Amino acid sequence: MRHVAIIGAGQAGSSLAAKLRELDFDGRVTLIGDEPHPPYQRPPLSKAYLTGKLAADRLALRGPSFYAERGIDLRLATTVTRIVPAENRIEFGSESLAYDDLVLATGATPISLPVEVGGALANIFTLRTIGDVEEIAPHVGPGKRALIVGGGYIGLEVAAALNQTGVDVTLVELQERILGRVAAAETSAYFRSLHAERGVRLLEGVGLVSLEGEDRVLRARLSDGSCVDVDFVIVGIGVRPSVTLAEAAGLAVENGICVDLQGRTSGTGIWAAGDCASLLWSGRRLRIESVPHAIDQAETVAANILGANRDYRPRPWFWSDQFDVKLQIAGLNSGYDRTVERKGARPGSCSYWYFAGEKLLAVDAINDARAYMTAKRLIDAGRSPSPRDVADGALA
Amino acid sequence: MPTITFITAEGKQHAVTAEIGRSVMEIALEKSIPGVVAECNGSAACATCHCYFDPAFTEAIGPVGEHESDMLDFTAAPRRPESRLSCQVRVVDTLDGMTVRIPAMQ
Repeated sequence: MRHVAIIGAGQAGSSLAAKLRELDFDGRVTLIGDEPHPPYQRPPLSKAYLTGKLAADRLALRGPSFYAERGIDLRLATTVTRIVPAENRIEFGSESLAYDDLVLATGATPISLPVEVGGALANIFTLRTIGDVEEIAPHVGPGKRALIVGGGYIGLEVAAALNQTGVDVTLVELQERILGRVAAAETSAYFRSLHAERGVRLLEGVGLVSLEGEDRVLRARLSDGSCVDVDFVIVGIGVRPSVTLAEAAGLAVENGICVDLQGRTSGTGIWAAGDCASLLWSGRRLRIESVPHAIDQAETVAANILGANRDYRPRPWFWSDQFDVKLQIAGLNSGYDRTVERKGARPGSCSYWYFAGEKLLAVDAINDARAYMTAKRLIDAGRSPSPRDVADGALA
Repeated sequence: MPTITFITAEGKQHAVTAEIGRSVMEIALEKSIPGVVAECNGSAACATCHCYFDPAFTEAIGPVGEHESDMLDFTAAPRRPESRLSCQVRVVDTLDGMTVRIPAMQ
C-alpha cells in the first residue's frame, strides 16, 4: 500500500493530510508532529489566546476524531531525527518508517537573542507554539512590565494583546520605523499612532544593547542610553525556516527548502510545503509566511502526489489584528516604487496601494474590507487599476 | 445543546449538536462539514465561511457587523439577505433547530 509520510503537523502538514483523503487517496498517511498537541491554529496565539480569551481546545484545527476517522496516523510528540532518501525511510529515535512519498512541512523557528546580550536569562521568550504561550502566561497581568524586541507584526500584535491585559509594554525596533521590512511608511505611521494612543511605549531606531539580571531578566539596556526595568521579554525578530533535516538529507536549500512549481524538492519522492519551503517568484527564492499560503500550497502538493501535475501559483494574503483594528493585506509589496492612499467609506478606514510603475503589487487595508476584497480580486486576476482611480474612489 | 443542521450545496444534510458559545464556523470545522473553508479560522478576514442562515432565526442570530457586511459583499457565491460569515455567528440555545445552507463556492 502506498504510504505518504508528512513531517510537521502544523497548518501545512494537516491540510495536506486532509486533502489526500478528500481526493480519495486510499493508501497510508502518517502525520508526524513534534509538539504534544493535535494540529492547531497559530494566528490566535499572539492575540486572543495570549490574553486568555480563547481556550486551548478552541485552537484545534479539526475535531478530536477527525484524523482517526480518515485513517490518518497522527503521531504527536515525535521528533524525526533523520531522513534516509536512498532507502526511502525516516527515523525517529530507534524507530524507522518507510515511505513512498515524503512531505516536509517543518515550518519555521523563531530567532532567539544571542547569549552575549543576555539571551540565556530566564523570562525571555519567543512566541510560536502553544508551549511558548504556556510559558509566557504566568507572567502576564496588570502592572507587569514587558519588553518586546522587534516591531514586526508579531511584536505589535503581542504588544497590543499585553497592553489590553494591563501589562506595561515597551517595544523596541532597531530599524528607523516599525514594520520597516514589510510595509510602507504610511502603514507604519498608522500603527505607531494606534499603539501610542493606547499607551504602548514604542521606541523606533533603538536597539537592545543587553539584557541584565542574576538568573532572570531584570532590566534592558538600550542603544539610546536608557535602561528599562522589565519582568519579562518577548523576542519577535523573525523566523528561520526549519531545514535541518532537509540539509542533512542533502536536499537543495536556499532561504528554505527549494521546491519547484509543483512542490517537489531536489530529492526523489520528497516534497515540501508551507513556511519551510522556498519557491521561485519573479526570479528569486521566496518564502511566504501565511496560513492561506500554507493551506493552498499543501493542497496543491497533495494533488500532485496523486498525479495532478498542477503548478502552484501563490496568491498571498495576510491579516493582523491589533486592538480594534484589522489590517488585511493582499499581494506582496516587494519592489514597489510608490504608494497611493485611498480613504475608506467608513470613518477611520483607509488603504495603501503599492505600485511598481503602473503595476499594482499589493494593498494594506486598514479597517477597510471593501478595499481589501477589491484589491485582492484585481491582484489575483493580474489587473492593475490606475493610481488615479485608486485615489479618487472611482473603483468599486 | 442546540441541534443545527448543515445542508451542503449538493443537498446533503448533517445534523449536529452545537456547543453554546462557539461560532457556527467552529462547529462546522469540528464536525468536518464540507464546504466551510474558513481559511482565516474565524478572524473575518477571508469570507470563506459564508453560509445562508435560516431566516426564521435572524433575530436569534443577531445583526451583521459593519466589517462582516463589507466582506459579505465580496463572497464567491452571491450574497443574499440571509448571508452571514459563519465565524461571526455564536451558538446560543435559541438556535436549536436552525438550518444552515452552505453555498457551492467559497
